[in-house]
Amino acid sequence: MNIFKISSKNLVRNKLTTILNIILVAFGVSILSILFLASTQISNKLEKNAKDIDLVVGAKGSPLQLILSSVYHIDYPTGNIPAKDAYKLMQNPMVKRAVPLALGDNYNGYRIVGTDSTFSNLYGLSIKKGSFWHKDLEVTLGNTVALTSGLKIGDFFFGAHGLTGNGDVHKQHAYQVKGILKPQGNITDNLILTNIGSVYKMHEEKHVEGHSNISEGAKEINDKQITALLIQYKSPMSVILFPRMVNQSTNMQAASPAMESARLFSLIGVGIDTLQWFAIFIMGIAALSIFISLYNAMKERKYDLAIMRCLGASKSKLFFLVMFEGVLVTFIGACLGLLIGHVALEVIGAYQESSQAKLTGLTAVPQEVYLIWIGLFIGALASLIPAMQIYKVDIAETLTKNS
Amino acid sequence: MIKIGSLAHVYEKGRRIKFPDWEIADMEQWLLLGASGSGKSTLLNIISGLLEPSQGEVLINGTDLYTLPARGRDRFRGRHIGIIFQRPHLIRSLDVLDNLALAAVMAGLPVDHERNLSLLHDLGIAELAKNYPDQLSQGQLQRVSVARALVNKPDLLIADEPTSSLDDENANQVIQLLTTQAKDNGAALIIATHDRRVRDHITKTYLL
Repeated sequence: MNIFKISSKNLVRNKLTTILNIILVAFGVSILSILFLASTQISNKLEKNAKDIDLVVGAKGSPLQLILSSVYHIDYPTGNIPAKDAYKLMQNPMVKRAVPLALGDNYNGYRIVGTDSTFSNLYGLSIKKGSFWHKDLEVTLGNTVALTSGLKIGDFFFGAHGLTGNGDVHKQHAYQVKGILKPQGNITDNLILTNIGSVYKMHEEKHVEGHSNISEGAKEINDKQITALLIQYKSPMSVILFPRMVNQSTNMQAASPAMESARLFSLIGVGIDTLQWFAIFIMGIAALSIFISLYNAMKERKYDLAIMRCLGASKSKLFFLVMFEGVLVTFIGACLGLLIGHVALEVIGAYQESSQAKLTGLTAVPQEVYLIWIGLFIGALASLIPAMQIYKVDIAETLTKNS
Repeated sequence: MIKIGSLAHVYEKGRRIKFPDWEIADMEQWLLLGASGSGKSTLLNIISGLLEPSQGEVLINGTDLYTLPARGRDRFRGRHIGIIFQRPHLIRSLDVLDNLALAAVMAGLPVDHERNLSLLHDLGIAELAKNYPDQLSQGQLQRVSVARALVNKPDLLIADEPTSSLDDENANQVIQLLTTQAKDNGAALIIATHDRRVRDHITKTYLL
């Protein structure tokens, strides 16, 4: 029997009000926690996938689209660039590493990426089972692709033209699975990697003739086209010079993943801001509701509090009692809100179509601790004025009055 | 022993009441009589440490109530004085037994459930221990408030019009309870009343 028990018994007695207040707080907190979690995860993903890529060179068009298609593998490519020009850029002294990409096909929605061994160096890939691709039509699967498609080493499959759907299947050539990558925690988990030659082979009846072989190197690529080039600089100095050089002196465009994803995030940011204000608004309503219910209850509880004074409780003890009730409600609400936020995000993640940016509720961000503090603060704020009433109540008068 | 000396109180409206000096020996039982408006409740509030008088002193077992700091006075009241009001105010969110426990907790004393149960038993309401106040009748509520006043073994039991809202039968029982329980618990008793039914039980009177 103590203050906590008295508070909680009183809260239980006024179930409906208590539940309403808890729900209001929980609602506000859960929206905020979803926003925190989602935006952190998205920006983490964006950063992680663009790590070590200083610049992307591709066909002219929207720079954001170029980044989305060749770094995050979300959007469609802007077009193709001549392999010959790309090769020239690869030899530029400012370039430390350049990774050619040939996109265009998919298998069950997973993109088939034609590239070379520099790709696995860039992303630091390692093999879980089997080996990397060596010859045309050999592929290495990202971990998620292997898990969801059920493809095993040695299996054959047909790629489909386009980046989504199984509409136009390339029946003439089948890919063979040579290896499966370890989970990397980035976009490569969702990719099917092969050499550029394979991609040419798939499309040779349609776009190009002849065939290419990775062992014969870049010379073979000369008269062909690729989709994009991922570039890593030798020194940070090139940040200024290199993109300008590409944009002005070639028929290609250069886009920086850092800049474009910042731009993308600022676009999403508007929506996040709006939701954030909405959640803060709900928290405000919750505070108001707690204030009103405590304040109204004070009229009724005046007798209870006067009795407790009579029984020997000091004013400060009762002040604490009323404050504690408000804080308890918001604390429960805040914890519940965090739980709801995480569960909701996990559910959203489970139903998410795009496997590239899957969200999960199983991680936490440090800001969430602030949410609990904010909850406690709101509870204290809302119960401050009702609790102050304690100091005004005239016990003698309250109890002797024939009410 | 309780002693009040040269006590006077000035109301906000300026009316001044002077209270005759009064000495109550241990375990004595007194009636506090007076017409309504004569200041009975005011005197009781002063004696129980709820209302600071404009002048004079209240000594309970040698402690001058109004020299104690406010917090100390609250605690002293909780431990040494049991108060029964005209209307039995119980905490509605707590059951009968918890209401009794509350008296000990608020006074900063350990809760003695056995004593509380035996108090309820003595007052004939042992079976109500787990009931909530809104399930009890007026008579039962008044008994619970008597029990609550006795929880901390007070030196002084103060009852303000304890019978005015009760019928004859209940009023008689409550008076019986108060006098016998005060005696059994070794407490002095002051009953403020204008109820004739009470006068037959107690002989010493203090008239305002």
